[in-house]
Amino acid sequence: MSAALGPTVFGIDPLYVGGVGLAEVLITLLKVGVAFAVLLVAVMLMIWFERKLISDMQNRIGPNLAGPFGIFQTLADGIKLFFKEDLIPEQSDRLVFKLAPYLSLVPAFLVFAVVPVGGDFSGGNGRVSLFGHETFLQVSDPPVGILLVLAMSSVAVYGVMLAGWSSGSKYPLLASVRASAQMVSYEAALGLSLAAVLLKSGSLSTNQIVAEQSVWNWNLWVTWVVPMVIFLIAATAELNRPPFDLVEAEQELVGGFHTEYSSIRFALFFLAEFMNTITMSAIIVTLFLGGPNGPDFTTVGWLSGLLWFFIKLMLFLFAFVWLRATLPRFRYDQLMDLGWKLLIPLSLGWLLVLASYDVAGDRGWNRAAAVIVMLAIMAALAGLLALALRAARQRRELDPQGGFA
Amino acid sequence: METAVFIVCAAIVLAGALGVVLARNPVHAALSLVGTLFGMAVLFLNLEAHFLAAVQIIVYAGAIVVLFLFVIMLLGVDRLEDLSVEPITGQRVLAAIVGLGTFVLAVIFILSSSIGPSDSGPQILTRDITDQYSNLRQIADVLFTDYVYAFEATAALLTISVVGAVVMSRRMARSDETQDTKVDD
Repeated sequence: MSAALGPTVFGIDPLYVGGVGLAEVLITLLKVGVAFAVLLVAVMLMIWFERKLISDMQNRIGPNLAGPFGIFQTLADGIKLFFKEDLIPEQSDRLVFKLAPYLSLVPAFLVFAVVPVGGDFSGGNGRVSLFGHETFLQVSDPPVGILLVLAMSSVAVYGVMLAGWSSGSKYPLLASVRASAQMVSYEAALGLSLAAVLLKSGSLSTNQIVAEQSVWNWNLWVTWVVPMVIFLIAATAELNRPPFDLVEAEQELVGGFHTEYSSIRFALFFLAEFMNTITMSAIIVTLFLGGPNGPDFTTVGWLSGLLWFFIKLMLFLFAFVWLRATLPRFRYDQLMDLGWKLLIPLSLGWLLVLASYDVAGDRGWNRAAAVIVMLAIMAALAGLLALALRAARQRRELDPQGGFA
Repeated sequence: METAVFIVCAAIVLAGALGVVLARNPVHAALSLVGTLFGMAVLFLNLEAHFLAAVQIIVYAGAIVVLFLFVIMLLGVDRLEDLSVEPITGQRVLAAIVGLGTFVLAVIFILSSSIGPSDSGPQILTRDITDQYSNLRQIADVLFTDYVYAFEATAALLTISVVGAVVMSRRMARSDETQDTKVDD
């Protein structure tokens, strides 16, 4: 492995400066292994946390038999699923049926690789010392950084989609058609609200994005809150979590796309789902809440970052469970209307307002005036569009058979 | 290292491409296409064109093939095709001729291009790069200065085609159809 190729293919990391030897390879493998193990344990605890929290909110006790407070319930469920019979439906496309669970699991793992989970960003640029080698507390920091998250979330669609199709049964198929439409739609809103962050931090690298938000300069207020709200909503839809869980609406679709799955393959889907929840929360923390940034309240330098990251992560995990316990499921047309008619125009408009604010600052214009002019132009355009829609609707009502000729 | 990655990816790309053509089931063909696109994304990475690699996956694998699959599933055409009939007469002969012609042109282009074997991919793409992120910056610079008209024209073309598709596919409720539904009620 040449020194020139190593750093850029596997991401920019001070670890690789000065050549890649055995120690560097071992440290990288260690980071990968730790991330993998932590993520698996986190999923186990997350499932327990969600069940416990939901049951508290619903005045139930929830799992309480396996281990203290039922904390080993997920482990027990996992072992049970392992030993269950693995059924493959006769009508299924066997190869794709077996492939699908892995297609949703692998992207879920990969996304976590770009999340900086710790490190001192107030002055140290996120570097920590590991066995005498300087490195980042993230598996990799590729030059495309956050685009990897978008790429993986678009690959994750395949898992759901192919699972539904290959089952050879109508409910999973309906669920997967819904899922792919939903996930593709909300990916646009996800990407556009992300663009606001990229505009402000000027880099795709997650490490750079976090470094820009050093201590209190979080993107949450730098981008004026709205992009984060949009990102949170779009992420919930992307994760197929309530209130956007039409993909597995039990009342309508039996179990959704994984109706025909059993045993370990079902467990893999379950794992991927909860892992996605955790990684997406981590991404929101990284993008908008400054990742491991925060005032140092410990005496050990590296601990503060990890603690801040964990606290912020828990906030979002709690919020996701809270949403599930509170909100009823959306109707399909409401879901599409929200995505296409509200979130996408809003995030695009917000991006333009932020850009006008920045450009005005660069050119020395009055910033408030630039924003107001921008808003006025957009209001005028929206008004024109509304008028055109109204005219078209009236024409249609007058002459329902009329074409466009 | 670079050559090894190229050989593996080229094999994946070619296998995927063959799969697209030879698979009887449209869904399998689409999946082979995804394999090809992934192989090409890794080839881009090998050339240190990180941004193109990411866009390759996000746009082609993530959106376009998903839409292919969506349409296949929605229309229920995921059955084995009858290959004995040619939908358009002479289609296959023409396809073979055009394919061969494209291949010959590509070979001529590669042989006659000024890029010699000494300038392999990374050197060309990173020749003027000073800092590590300018891969993206370079693309943005070129796209919004030299090629800004082409870029805007493409954007307009895509928007027009979307609007056109909506107009074409929008079926007006015809009076006989509305009467039919009334009878059903």
